[in-house]
Parts: sequence; C-alpha cells; structure tokens
Amino acid sequence: MVEGLIGRKLGMTQVFDDAGVTVPVTVIEVEPNLVTQVKTPEKDGYSAVQLGAISTKRLNKPRKGHLKDRPQLRYLREFTPVSGDTLDLGDTVDLAIFAKGDMVDVVGVSKGKGFAGVVKRHHFAGGPKTHGQSDRHRAPGSIGASSTPGRVFKGMRMAGHLGHERTTVQNLRVVDVLADRNVLLVRGAVPGARNEMVLVRKAVKRRA
Amino acid sequence: MGTIIDSINRQQLKEHVPDIFPGDTVRVSVKVVEGNRERLQAFEGTVLRLGKSGPARSVTVRRVAHGVGVERTFLVNSPRVDKIEVVRRGDVRRARLYYLRDRVGKATRIREKRT
Repeated sequence: MVEGLIGRKLGMTQVFDDAGVTVPVTVIEVEPNLVTQVKTPEKDGYSAVQLGAISTKRLNKPRKGHLKDRPQLRYLREFTPVSGDTLDLGDTVDLAIFAKGDMVDVVGVSKGKGFAGVVKRHHFAGGPKTHGQSDRHRAPGSIGASSTPGRVFKGMRMAGHLGHERTTVQNLRVVDVLADRNVLLVRGAVPGARNEMVLVRKAVKRRA
Repeated sequence: MGTIIDSINRQQLKEHVPDIFPGDTVRVSVKVVEGNRERLQAFEGTVLRLGKSGPARSVTVRRVAHGVGVERTFLVNSPRVDKIEVVRRGDVRRARLYYLRDRVGKATRIREKRT
C-alpha cells in the first residue's frame, strides 16, 4: 500500500459539518492512480511505487515507451511503499486510503506571482507614506553597513521571483471523501491554481 | 470541472426556502443547544439585507429588543436554522436597509407590500 496519491485541485467552496459549522474546503479530484512501476532494492537500490494519474493525449516518446500499452498518463510520481499487501504493476490505488477525519499533507506548486517587490515577497513594511517621502513607499531600506563588511550578506531578502515553487501544506483535515465521484474535501487552502496537480499524502507529523 | 463543485454546493441547499426580500418581516427558528438538549429559538425581525448565494446564502435580520437594536445574520442553508417563515411582505425601495439603524420607533415602520 502507499500513503499518498496524485490528485487535481478543483477549487474551493464551503460545507456545513455535522455540528452545523461552516467549514472552508478545497475540492481535490483523485481518480484511481495506476501503479506504473515498482522499484525494488535488488534492481533499483531502494523500494518505491511509482503512481500515475490524469490521462493526456500528448506524451513524449520516452514516456510512451515507459508506459507501453498502459493508459497515457500525464503525471508520474514515486511514493514510499508501506508494509501490508504489496502493489504490482497495473494495480490501481483509489482514495479509499483516506477516511473522513484523517490528517493529510498536500503538496502543490504555488501560483506564480512574477517578479515581486520586497513588501509582497517578504512582508516588509515599506517606508512611511507621508512626511515628505518620495519613491520610498515600498522600498526595502538598508541592505547592510558600509565598508565593514563592504559587501551585502548572502541570503539578504530582496525583490525577486515569487511563487511557482513546490509548497507543502501540512496537517489538513479530510472533511469528506466522496468515493463515488473520486473527490476529496480537505479543510482550508491548498497551494496552486485550479486544475493544478497536487499530491495528497497522510500527514507526516500527525496521525488522526 | 466546475460541475463537481456545483453539485457539492447544490447538495447543501435546502429544498424549501421561501422567497425572502429586504423589508420583509421574518421569523427564523434556530436550533439552540442547552446543556445536552436541543430546542428551537425564534428570532423575528426585519430583513436588512440578503447575503451571498449558494451554500453561503444569508439574511441579516434586525429587531429592537428591550430598547437595544439586535442584528443577527443567519446562514439560510445551515442545518442549525430550522425554518424561516415570512410574516409580512415589506415594500421598500432599496436592497440594503441600513437607514433603519438610525431610526427608532414609528420611523422604522415599513409599508406592507400590496399584491
């Protein structure tokens, strides 16, 4: 068995829980994942299960060769197998591995924000808005001292590209599992835009 | 793929909700938990505004209780809201009746809608 799956973020909405409280949820579509490769310590040096999901028409030749006559899948990701029944090539894993109330981590690629200033990227306060300030409203301020050290320290927070990076959100509660529609409702927000691929796995730090 | 979210939203909607408009007088029955038993509590007042639509649909109801203005916003589709009855249809000319907050007594009266 594995403890993670490939899914697709569909968007957000809100639902009422059993107590009648409104819960913000992200809707994640998790269609049954196909086992596309099983890696073994003997052959590959470590053990892993490669899962594939989301069919596509356009694949490059190496990928087609890897999948052979199996469905053409857009995303392949490796997961660490856990003890229990083993998975073979061609098996499918569906979202039955998650149950209502479980804690999960969701991995995605955050929305790209382009070249962002220091206020947006690092939450700097910017400069004063009044008292004779000009062009200083969103400036970073000082980036270091003068001839000692005579350089800017590495890692100084500055303007630059923001977003479009792998982001993990930990410990989100599974609000509901709609098995008949292959849909998972997870409390709160999840990185990425709609229709973006996300990985859902059982929480590393908390077990429900 | 908005259809999946649409159907999740539709599932949460109540089947029978009367048409409610600003200016109407409504009685909202809310489930209240007291200790370990549940009972219904009614809140009657004037609809000040309608909120969002879909599962987040809400109405804000205002009444003056013991000389103090009380406004409560109810989620129409919430399972905690047992039912909403329209007591009286009001005839008003705007969607948000915030002007009622500045008025007391006779001035807060709303004409009844003629049908």
